[in-house]
Amino acid sequence: MKYVIALLLGFVTGLLLFAVGLVFNPFIGDRGLSPIAVTDSRVMTLSFSNVPSDSIAYTNDGESMHTPYPEKVLQLWEAPIRLTSTMTTVLHDARDDVAGIGVKFTSHSEDTRLLNGEAMTNSVWYIYLPRQGSLFVQQTENYWRFLSEVGFSAWRSAGNNWRGTWLGDLTSGPGALGTAAVTGGAGDLAELETKAVESLTVRVFSTDTGFVSAEGRLLIEMPRRGPSAGSPGPQGGLSPQARRLQ
Amino acid sequence: MCLIWHAYWFSGQTLVKTYFIGVVLGLAAAAGALYAFPAVDQAREASIVRVAPNGGNVEGFHINIPMDRIMVGAPDQPNPLPPGLNWPTDPVLAGIRTELFKIRNARDAVVGVAVRNAASGDDGNVIDWVLHLPARGSVFVNMEPAVREDGYRIGRFRTGSREFGALNGYMTERWIANSEDRDEDAPLGRIELLATYVGEFEPLDNDPEAVE
Repeated sequence: MKYVIALLLGFVTGLLLFAVGLVFNPFIGDRGLSPIAVTDSRVMTLSFSNVPSDSIAYTNDGESMHTPYPEKVLQLWEAPIRLTSTMTTVLHDARDDVAGIGVKFTSHSEDTRLLNGEAMTNSVWYIYLPRQGSLFVQQTENYWRFLSEVGFSAWRSAGNNWRGTWLGDLTSGPGALGTAAVTGGAGDLAELETKAVESLTVRVFSTDTGFVSAEGRLLIEMPRRGPSAGSPGPQGGLSPQARRLQ
Repeated sequence: MCLIWHAYWFSGQTLVKTYFIGVVLGLAAAAGALYAFPAVDQAREASIVRVAPNGGNVEGFHINIPMDRIMVGAPDQPNPLPPGLNWPTDPVLAGIRTELFKIRNARDAVVGVAVRNAASGDDGNVIDWVLHLPARGSVFVNMEPAVREDGYRIGRFRTGSREFGALNGYMTERWIANSEDRDEDAPLGRIELLATYVGEFEPLDNDPEAVE
C-alpha cells in the first residue's frame, strides 16, 4: 500500500513540477524588440483602453473572466462563437485626440501549443478613421508572456490581482517578423498594404474581473512614397488628417 | 538488529525509487496530455456552398433582425442597442453607423459575427463589412455605396485571413423585409449576404512533363 501511495505522491509531484516548469520555462524567450519600433518608415499610433467597461461595447460568451458591457449586450453563447469576443472602442491618435472607431474580433486559436509557450488567438481589427478611410488588420496574438508574467502572478497573490507595469507585444504573425497584415479598404487608405504590431500595457489585472487598468496600442507602419511614385509631396499623398496621426 | 536495519533501509530505498518513478510518470503524463489533447477546439458548422454558374462557389449567410443584432452604434439614438450604450459624441465620429451582428448559415445556425460600418463624409460614402467565422477566418468586403435596381448592393473582397486569405470574389447584401409575418425568427426581416469565392489564378507549371 505504501508503494502505491508513494507512486501517487510522486505522480502528483510530477504534475506540479511540470506546471511550474511550463510557467518558468527558460527555453521560451521573449521575441525582443518589435520590428515596427526600429523601422525607418513613419508609424501611425492608435491607442485604446483594453478595459471592457471603458469600451463602447464588449461581449463574449458571458461566462469568461471579462464581463460583457453594457450589461444587457447580446452574448455570444452559440457553440461556433463561444470562444470569441468582440470589442468596439474609440481609437485615439498619438496626441490623444479621437481618431476613429475600431472593432476587434478575437477568437481562441487552435494553434495554441502550451508546450511551446504559445497561447494563441486569431484576431482581426476593423478600423474606420473619418475622412481617411478604413483599415483591416489581421493577426495572430500570443498571450503566453502576459499569462506567465501577469496572470500567474495575479493567481498566486492573496487578493487575486496584480499591480505594476507590464508592457509587451501581442502580435506574433502572420508576418515572418511577428507582424500583423494591414489592408486599406476605402478613402485615402484604400490601396494601403502594410504591417502593424499590437502591444499591451497592463497596470492592474485581476483574475476575477480581468483588466482593471490596461491600454492597447496599434502601431501601423506607413510606407514611404516618394515623389517618383506619383506622390504629391514628402508625406506620400496622405490627407492632412492622416499625417496628423503619425 | 543489523538485519532489521538493513531490511528497513532497503525498503526505504525502494519507496524512494517508487516515488521518483511516480514523478517521472507525472511529468510524462502531463507532457503527453498537453501534446495529445488540443487546448482549443473550435466548434464547426459544415460550410454550405454551391457552385456558381459562371465559376466560383457561393455561400449564403443571413442575419435575423432584430434577434441577431448585437450593437447599433450611431449618434443621437433614442433607443440605443444594447440598452445603456454610450456612443461617443465627438464630432469627428458624426456620420458613422457601426453595427455588430451574429451571422447565420443556410441552416439558420449561428456561425460567426460581423461588423457593418456605414459612414458618410465629404469625399463620399463608405460601406464595409467584416465577417468573422472563428473556425475558418475573416473576410473584409468594401461595398459600393449605391444600391442597384434589384435591391442588391455589391462589394468586392479586399482581403481575408486564413481560409479566406487565398480567395478573391465579391459579396452582395440585400434587405428582405418580413412583410407578411412569414418568418417567426426574423420579425422585421433579414439581411441576406451572398459571398462568391473565386480562387487565385495559378499559372501552369513550366515543366514540359506536367503540360503533357
